[in-house]
Amino acid sequence: MSKILIRGAKVLGGEPQDVLIDAETIAEVGAGLSADGAEVVEADGKVLLPGLVDLHTHLREPGREDSETVLTGTRAAASGGYTAVFAMANTFPVADTAGVVEQVYRLGQEHGYCDVQPIGAVTVGLEGKKLAELGAMHESAAGVTVFSDDGKCVHDAVIMRRALEYVKAFGGVVAQHAQEPRLTEGAEMNEGVVSAELGLGGWPAVAEESIIARDVLLADHVGSRVHICHLSTAGSVEIVRWAKSRGIDVTAEVTPHHLLLTDELVRTYNPVYKVNPPLRTERDVMALREALADGTIDIVATDHAPHPHEDKDCEWAAAAMGMVGLETALSVVQHTMVETGLLDWAGVAERMSFKPARIGRADGHGRPISAGEPANLTLVDTAYRGAVDPAGFASRSRNTPYEGRELPGRVTHTWLRGRATLVDGKLA
Amino acid sequence: MKRHLISAADLTRDDAVRILDTAEEMARVADRPIKKLPTLRGRTVVNLFFEDSTRTRISFEAAEKRLSADVINFSAKGSSVSKGESLKDTAQTLEAMGVDAVVIRHGASGAPYRLATSGWIDATVINAGDGTHQHPTQALLDAFTMRRRLIGRDAGLGQDLSGKRITIVGDVLHSRVARSNVDLLHTLGAEVTLVAPPTLVPVGVDHWPCEVAYDLDSVLPKSDAVMMLRVQRERMNAAFFPTEREYSRRYGLDGDRMAKMPEHAIVMHPGPMVRGMEITAEVADSERCTVVEQVANGVSIRMAVLYLLLGGNEPAVTHTRTEEK
Ligand SMILES: [Zn+2]
Repeated sequence: MSKILIRGAKVLGGEPQDVLIDAETIAEVGAGLSADGAEVVEADGKVLLPGLVDLHTHLREPGREDSETVLTGTRAAASGGYTAVFAMANTFPVADTAGVVEQVYRLGQEHGYCDVQPIGAVTVGLEGKKLAELGAMHESAAGVTVFSDDGKCVHDAVIMRRALEYVKAFGGVVAQHAQEPRLTEGAEMNEGVVSAELGLGGWPAVAEESIIARDVLLADHVGSRVHICHLSTAGSVEIVRWAKSRGIDVTAEVTPHHLLLTDELVRTYNPVYKVNPPLRTERDVMALREALADGTIDIVATDHAPHPHEDKDCEWAAAAMGMVGLETALSVVQHTMVETGLLDWAGVAERMSFKPARIGRADGHGRPISAGEPANLTLVDTAYRGAVDPAGFASRSRNTPYEGRELPGRVTHTWLRGRATLVDGKLA
Repeated sequence: MKRHLISAADLTRDDAVRILDTAEEMARVADRPIKKLPTLRGRTVVNLFFEDSTRTRISFEAAEKRLSADVINFSAKGSSVSKGESLKDTAQTLEAMGVDAVVIRHGASGAPYRLATSGWIDATVINAGDGTHQHPTQALLDAFTMRRRLIGRDAGLGQDLSGKRITIVGDVLHSRVARSNVDLLHTLGAEVTLVAPPTLVPVGVDHWPCEVAYDLDSVLPKSDAVMMLRVQRERMNAAFFPTEREYSRRYGLDGDRMAKMPEHAIVMHPGPMVRGMEITAEVADSERCTVVEQVANGVSIRMAVLYLLLGGNEPAVTHTRTEEK
């Protein structure tokens, strides 16, 4: 069936309307549309959003297929309402050549659950020493525009400067994992009151903030744009706010977990709360929410980081850093931003679809819900309440910090170019 | 009292006093020709050491044997046990063997807490030192030593350390001994002052129930006990202080400095001492230095902890006394 009528959906949270999909495209949006010949999906007051776009996902393939593959990761993405994800470069081998990014891109296309836009490494092997072939990756079939050594910081100021300059030639952007390496040697959690008590190595806020400060100044100096990954501290917010007020071309993301969880949880020594950058304080959480609301922070990105069970079922020091996030992101945002009155659904669409697509130049994604646009759509039952059950995840990994926690909202349908990838909460 | 002893902060004032009082009873056993009690007969205790510490291991082992427990020593250091998964594997092996208590020493902060709370094992867990987190039996034996010296062996029974002024000097940042002592001494009513170069005090220390000072000389005259922490020479390579000589000059305890302490005040050290670095031989060998007593007291304290956590509610010593008659 090539036509689908979504009946009575609150488009971006507004008044209920009908949306008619014809093949890959939105044909019509309005009240009382005819169902003639179309499959009808009764939205019944659910919220219709543009397909979500995640600028920061770890799909682990190639190399760590025990934690995630492009297939399982994109199924998780579809379950969470995403129609496009940007796959980070820290795979084995590293995505630092045209060959690797094309492989990841093609796998995404083959599986068809969600578009996969590979991110290219900034430096060869993420080693921070020599620029990877950024131009070749851009010109490849994968058409890479976002470059990042995520997992590691491009800490050498000269390499960072050159990368920022170099990608201007083709409209690229460098996404920085801001972590001053010397200040974070042996770091295991946020440095502060809790780390002092627990005797865990501290990851000071200044290690993030000093890199962000340097990089916005570099971006300004060379007239390039820079994107800051997973901004996590109140101080980082202040620096980005200042940079934007000066007209510097900087964008920033925050993860769902940094909008909700604090380092107090580390008192359990449960490695499910071990993540990089680490969970910060209540004050930071509040500053991040405010900054996301006022636009200082542009987008929400998941930093979906799958790990096998054994890498978390151990003592803190031995555990891997990271949390899965694709299947809980929208719920956490509803909980922390919508139900607190900080954002409406149009604001959520801006931060989880329109803007990330613009930053990453993801063509066909993050488009308005109107006639003639690609039918990349997500239907959310915002009235739903339920405890998070990792057993139901489509991701290969279960390392969620929300197990058993009650969160609002559930994605029931996802359409990728008119094709349903999720129907009634089940993968199609 | 809680089922496990993971942190000195887990103990209430009454728990701690009870342990100190029980340790006094245990100490009397050590003065007898036959040093054994039947209390833990038939119970199995494993000393699970992921980090070398002969002193602590021997102390626990002596305590366990005096209580007639079956003792298994498991040294995981140097074996294939380097990845974290193995803590769980090892725990499950011990569980299958039906052990009653695990005394664990681990280089990673929080490993004993994980062992006690992850459902890997049912046994009682006693923390014998984890990373830079806690070493609760060390804090207990220190408090025991202070109470004996500053209040008295008999006069101290039932008493806490209210009003005593304790100064802890040295590498607080990397010290589980300092953390445990601050928690326990505060619980027992003492006033604690930490003295260290600012580089060796953790960010966040302002939330600890103690004072922080950088000038040792001004604190010494107001101290009833001065505890010197070991400072590793390698720290100077990471720029925590410029040279060994400068460290000793500013934070080391020598005879002249000791003379500034009140007459009754004692000098403590958790050992092993780095003579010439944080403490001079003159001080270490003086009457006021309690290092050797601390070792003896360690056995009594560990007996008390094992007894209270494993032995149930029967009196430890009194009934065995009648038995011996
Ligand atoms: Zn990162």
